[in-house]
Amino acid sequence: MYPQEPQWAREAIRAGNEKDIKMTEAQTLPTRRDEAWRYADIDAVQRLGTAALDAWQDIAVANGETWQDTMVIGTDAPELRRIRLTLGEGATAAIFVTNTGRDFTRVEVEVTLGKGAHFEFGGVTIGGGDAVREFVTTTIHAEPDATSNQTVRAVHWGTGTGNFLGEIKVARHAQKTDAAQDFKGLLLEAGASANAVPQLEIFADDVKCAHGATVGQLDEAARYYMAARGLSPEQSQRLLVQAFLGDAFVELDDEAAREKLLEAALTALEGASL
Amino acid sequence: MLKIDNLHAEVDGASGSKTILKGLSLEVPAGEVHAIMGPNGAGKSTLANVLGGKPGYDVTQGSVEFKGEDLFELDPHERAASGLFLGFQYPVEIPGVSNVQFLREALNSQRKYRGEEPLSGGEFLKLAKEKAGLLKMDMEMLKRQVNVGFSGGEKKRAEMVQMGILDPAFAVLDETDSGLDIDALRIVGEGINSIMRGQGKGVLLITHYQRLLDVVKPDRVSVLADGRIVQTGGPELALRLEAEGYDAVMAEAAA
Ligand SMILES: Nc1ncnc2c1ncn2[C@@H]1O[C@H](COP(=O)(O)OP(=O)(O)O)[C@@H](O)[C@H]1O
Ligand SMILES: [Mg+2]
Repeated sequence: MYPQEPQWAREAIRAGNEKDIKMTEAQTLPTRRDEAWRYADIDAVQRLGTAALDAWQDIAVANGETWQDTMVIGTDAPELRRIRLTLGEGATAAIFVTNTGRDFTRVEVEVTLGKGAHFEFGGVTIGGGDAVREFVTTTIHAEPDATSNQTVRAVHWGTGTGNFLGEIKVARHAQKTDAAQDFKGLLLEAGASANAVPQLEIFADDVKCAHGATVGQLDEAARYYMAARGLSPEQSQRLLVQAFLGDAFVELDDEAAREKLLEAALTALEGASL
Repeated sequence: MLKIDNLHAEVDGASGSKTILKGLSLEVPAGEVHAIMGPNGAGKSTLANVLGGKPGYDVTQGSVEFKGEDLFELDPHERAASGLFLGFQYPVEIPGVSNVQFLREALNSQRKYRGEEPLSGGEFLKLAKEKAGLLKMDMEMLKRQVNVGFSGGEKKRAEMVQMGILDPAFAVLDETDSGLDIDALRIVGEGINSIMRGQGKGVLLITHYQRLLDVVKPDRVSVLADGRIVQTGGPELALRLEAEGYDAVMAEAAA
């Protein structure tokens, strides 16, 4: 056992008790040696500059309240989106993202959960070319009985990359924490890559932390079966990718929003190699 | 309708390629059901896969004409759209895709290829319900994911529902009767008759068992052994195979 909780745990607890937090950031750019930036496109980060690094969006969700955001992110230029969430007791926050960046595109979420709070994250990275898209989450279970669930799906071709760096921290007294992370990568070509880096720092003992990561290819037997029924290679690929992505957005109740995120992903798929 | 001439084909395996079909010739005119029987490993499924255009199977010699055209000029999905249906010996599971979504998209894709109007959601469901009824399959099963969690028998029955919905001109059915209990076998046999018996239609029925042939009543029966058709006859050939076994009947043919 650890003699004392680390700095982040005490800060997290303090932060969780404050309504409005003002942040000051380090003004230096990250390097590949920083764990959270190890798969990032550092050249693109340099082009973004420190202003982008400091542009944290801070959101506090009050006790018992619910907050949700859905977003489609990705253009021809590098982009960094940083969101810091603080969830009060029994609060719920959910973020669902489709990341179709054609240049380095990173969505970062840092969330601190109060007692009995819930955090839901569903993300898709999809694309070819040589761009890196990534989700980086830091989930701080600062109080007991909170739950978090993160599902990320990555579909890439060309020499495209999709990353999911998910750090979970559980404070010593945050008993009955239930934190789950699930990552699946689907590579349509040999040059593409998908990386999952789960990182757990757990100081409580009555905790459930499930995490899984797999990377695979399209099921060729399924594609032949679908062709034998009359579906073109484009159609079978689209249907299989759609099925693969589904899990990322199952927890999103708003059907129209779900369709929009899925459609954005499938539009990005057009032009993928078959 | 289907004319296979001197077909040679090999399959890419882990230890290089291996020749499986060694000069196979067979003709099925429109309006006929032709049963293919033969020992395990003879090349029956390979024949089905070559006709379907499965990746990994290479034709090295010979030709196949389907409805007067060169079958090998078409990609697998184009073969389907031009009216060729394959009933799989081992139907494939597709997690996350429902039967309804899969079959509607498949049917409309085929119709588009043939220059026909797509079916609306409502029209498709009506058709699917009718064909599911024909095979005594619960419509609820069609709302589930393709073959996921289906028993062996349910998968085979679902293949026939798919065939009913797609209404092909020609069906190659690979051991559709294996895994079926007696009642299901009769339902499937009658399904084949009602979907595929008719002018301008044909069937290549790969089977080991007389029981299905009692229901479907083939016009011709051929024995496939070691990559070739070694004997062809009428329905009585199947009865003799059942009674005497492949070895005895083939030894006699060779003599
Ligand atoms: N994909 C494959 N890889 C390697 N060998 C194969 C493959 N498919 C078929 N074969 C071999 O080809 C032969 C014929 O197989 P198959 O056509 O499945 O026979 P049948 O259906 O008549 O039982 C067998 O020896 C089998 O092992
Ligand atoms: Mg076989």
